[in-house]
Amino acid sequence: MEAAAVDAPIAPKRWRPSIWTQVPELARRSIMRTVRQPAAIIPATVFPLILLAINSVGLKSATSLPGFPTNSYVTFALAFAFIQAGVFAVIGTGQNLAEDNQGGFFNRLQLTPVHPAALVAGQLAGTLTVGLLQAVIYISVGLLAGAHIEAGLGGVFVLVALAIAISLAFGSVGLAVGMRVDAPEKVQSMFPLLFVFLFLSSMSLPRNLIQTDWFREIATYNPVSYMVEGLRSLLITGWDPEALALGFGCALGILALGLTFASLGLKERMART
Amino acid sequence: MRRYLSVAGGLSWRLLHTLVTNPLLFLPPMLMPIFFFTAFAGGLSAIGNAPGFDYAPGYTSFIFAFVLCQSAAFGGVFSGFSIAADFQFGFGRRLLLATPHRTALILGYGIVAMIRAFVTLTAVTLIALAVGMNLEGGGLDIFGMYGLAAIINVTGLLFAAGIALRFRSLQATPLMQVPVFLFLFLAPVYVPRQLLGGWVHAVAPFNPATHVMETVRDLIAGTGSEYLATLGIVAALLAATFAFAITGLRRAEAAG
Repeated sequence: MEAAAVDAPIAPKRWRPSIWTQVPELARRSIMRTVRQPAAIIPATVFPLILLAINSVGLKSATSLPGFPTNSYVTFALAFAFIQAGVFAVIGTGQNLAEDNQGGFFNRLQLTPVHPAALVAGQLAGTLTVGLLQAVIYISVGLLAGAHIEAGLGGVFVLVALAIAISLAFGSVGLAVGMRVDAPEKVQSMFPLLFVFLFLSSMSLPRNLIQTDWFREIATYNPVSYMVEGLRSLLITGWDPEALALGFGCALGILALGLTFASLGLKERMART
Repeated sequence: MRRYLSVAGGLSWRLLHTLVTNPLLFLPPMLMPIFFFTAFAGGLSAIGNAPGFDYAPGYTSFIFAFVLCQSAAFGGVFSGFSIAADFQFGFGRRLLLATPHRTALILGYGIVAMIRAFVTLTAVTLIALAVGMNLEGGGLDIFGMYGLAAIINVTGLLFAAGIALRFRSLQATPLMQVPVFLFLFLAPVYVPRQLLGGWVHAVAPFNPATHVMETVRDLIAGTGSEYLATLGIVAALLAATFAFAITGLRRAEAAG
């Protein structure tokens, strides 16, 4: 018995690089791929600025409404540019992933000892890079256009952190969708649905000034309202721990949900192949 | 003439069949104006109380004028996407070979653009009436309003067709959408012209969309409007976009 046990062939030990080696490699690919697509980054960055320029003039008279929190609509509307950029992050991240599915990249990757978490984290690196770039551009353009940041220099850092958290949250939704579809056009078709979430929020007026009851009710349950209000608090109110906690909480909650669904989608995809 | 109409009818039938069998192609463009209407009329109704806002029928009716223009124009623009797709995937070239009078192709796409706009406008109008839009104008005013919408729809299609036939690729779709989007938003969308500030106030008088939206608002209010002047502006725009589409068609023919 003992001799048989000794003679049994020993399976070669499967070498698997640590997750900390895998993530930077996949992140580098995601970042390079993102920055090499100016046709995707430029409209996603410029379009919110165009709407900001138009709305800050078109809706300026809203500042004369009793109870409006600031006399600068640029400052009020600036927060919304970050959220709009987030919607483009959903489409961008989802489309990249759907292209990976369509092009067979995932199938090839499954032949390697890649860790599923590294795959998901790596894909979000491009989203994070664009989110950071957009946050810096929006703050700079906003300040040049006359917006002010009530929370001061410290507030700028928190604003950037919240903007990145929001981009990652929306990006994770893109991952969850992209993991389940095989054609980039299917990700594009989500665009109107995302716009519903944006529009049915406190994007254009504070919730207490929304007169239509059903609209105010929906805006109250819509997490987008709290993310906008978190960003807006730094611009208009200064340091508001409650608004910031709700803003970060909603962003991180969506991120957690998005990552969960993306991981489930990935498991399903791996099982299928 | 019979053959001409037969080509236009056959092409529009094919496009309609594609739209009906692919709801993902038809529904999002139809839902966009409804979302805009819901968001602006519901979320911004407090703007109607701003000092200087004096539109009697109310904010819902005020925003409806914008959504009417948007639905009409984008009904045309989205049909331009079909032209770009057909040429990108080679079907457009076969159509050119098979058609003796090639302007019949533009008519075919135009029929579909009209149908798209009709469906969207019906949905938006019914929703607007259901949520309390006041239509104070008479029958002739309403006829004039939808007549303007029809001309805008054709103008939108001809502009998009001009782009699509020049580029013959779906990559040109932002070139169709963005200028129309800017035209619409550089008009008094949220507030009357006198309440606009800054650079949009300076640009708005030179924007044809401003005159169309203001005329539609006057027709909704039944207060009389500068209808003939606006009709002249959109007729000039129609003529310009028609020339743009026809030269685009010639380029597509020359490209083979």
